[in-house]
Amino acid sequence: MSMTISEKILAKAAGKKEVEAGEIIMANIDVAMMHDLTGPLAVEAFKKIGSEKVWDPSKVVVLFDHQVPADSIEAAENHIIMRKFVKEQGIEDFYDVREGICHQVLPEKGHVVPGDVIVGTDSHTCTHGALGAFATGIGSTDMAMVLATGKLWFKVPETIRFEIEGQPKNHVCAKDIILYIIGKMGIDGATYKACEFTGSTVKNMTISERLVLCNMAIEMGGKTGIIEADEKTIEYVKRRSKKPYNIMKTDPDAPSLESMQVNVESLEPQIACPHNVDNVKPISEVEGTEIDQIFIGSCTNGRIEDLRYAAKILKGGEISERVRMLVIPASREVYTKALDEGLIKIFIDAGAIVCNPCCGPCLGGHIGLLGPGEVSLSTSNRNFKGRQGSPESEVYLSSAAVAAASAIKGKITHPNNI
Amino acid sequence: MKGKVWKFEDDIDTDQIIPGRYLVIRDPKKLAKHLMEGIDPQFPDKVKKGDFIVAGKNFGCGSSREHAPLALKGAGISAVIAESFARIFYRNAINLGIPLLEAPGISKHLKTGDEIEIDLEKGIIKKDKREFKFKKLPEFMVEILKKGGLIPYLKNKNW
Repeated sequence: MSMTISEKILAKAAGKKEVEAGEIIMANIDVAMMHDLTGPLAVEAFKKIGSEKVWDPSKVVVLFDHQVPADSIEAAENHIIMRKFVKEQGIEDFYDVREGICHQVLPEKGHVVPGDVIVGTDSHTCTHGALGAFATGIGSTDMAMVLATGKLWFKVPETIRFEIEGQPKNHVCAKDIILYIIGKMGIDGATYKACEFTGSTVKNMTISERLVLCNMAIEMGGKTGIIEADEKTIEYVKRRSKKPYNIMKTDPDAPSLESMQVNVESLEPQIACPHNVDNVKPISEVEGTEIDQIFIGSCTNGRIEDLRYAAKILKGGEISERVRMLVIPASREVYTKALDEGLIKIFIDAGAIVCNPCCGPCLGGHIGLLGPGEVSLSTSNRNFKGRQGSPESEVYLSSAAVAAASAIKGKITHPNNI
Repeated sequence: MKGKVWKFEDDIDTDQIIPGRYLVIRDPKKLAKHLMEGIDPQFPDKVKKGDFIVAGKNFGCGSSREHAPLALKGAGISAVIAESFARIFYRNAINLGIPLLEAPGISKHLKTGDEIEIDLEKGIIKKDKREFKFKKLPEFMVEILKKGGLIPYLKNKNW
């Protein structure tokens, strides 16, 4: 039977020849990731099952990224719970506070390879589909089941295949393309579906850009984002992982496949406006909106390519007096590269604050929170009401290029106008 | 199950159900003190054990934080009734033993303060003399709910 990549991966994980959309299967899990915020609840639930040992400690990855360093006694307690668990279970892939954001660290450290089933207690786990894996976010109780049994039930999703074509204009980034798609689909337009990205534009993208597309599949309700592995994927994976991989491809006649054509040739930079990610407008409609805080970072756009882009725009200039700017490299690897390339100095000279790798203001629970009436322009992935602090604050989402240009002017600005 | 309705709009995200700054909390009762604070800071004082939440489409979108259904459980919410649910929240709530009833079209029939009765077995929501149907859950989810959640369900199974 013809199948999509997602169906092929899930069939393999369930030990079946074929599966079809809508079918409920029990899949073996290849990687289970937990972080400091949702991990402790999973550990509590795991203990309640009565299990003593995780099914396979070599398949569990634990790291801290949401509240690092700990900003409260409660956060420190959560870290203690996880450190203790890692030790008693013999989990070796533990990165504590030092390494950065889970969705950057997992691919960097070679935990993600094509054909794997990856679950994480974080909704943006769908990011990892950019390397041809089936990756999805789960809750803490589901994770407890995975830790105890190595398995989890899934309803096999249907697939929406976004066929993206066209050479984007100058300063139009992967973020603009995915915001545009979410704007068209709506916040629940892909609920329960696998969002597959294909076409010449995706083929030409770097791995970092592909990670941006898959990262935001959840913002239209998607169960995963996924991209067929190609030579770029293999080159990336081979440098970082010794794990065996399986390249799967979608059969064009798969019955559960629905295709959508997206042409990005005439696209301008896109902005998601308050308070939903699908409230997307071309930058020309919101240019000039005054901003209080600019945030460049997160699992969406805190990679070295984003920092390079922002630094190129900011070099030699200064940010506006009316804004404060936070730059947060997504991982230690990104941070050291940015140091080596002189990017950090450019940010600091321009008047930005550079923080240690972590989720930062994105979740509104650690640093860089907004007060009532304040407006943020952020390269992260969510702008829900109160997401970054006060329920009376507002969050706009953009690419790193637009964020850097806007920092100079203190208002939403097209990089062409710098 | 009988109780009072609290009505919410479409696309209620998990940041509104429980804002990010409270995710360090693990105790359901303590989380319940901040339930729906992102929409209505007074909600934790108003809601009573046994009440129902009724919402439009896509309830629970966004983050995978299980703190959201845990806060609902801590406040004693009997069930959430919505036009549709976001995927991760749906699994998390069922896993914690909270019935989620998907009833397309329901939000125009119910408002805050309504007294309703729910028959889980028959799949019916009753308000005064009117009856509304909700989609039946798959058999194994009903089993999970009957056991009180995924953890007690797993305790009796061999994997």
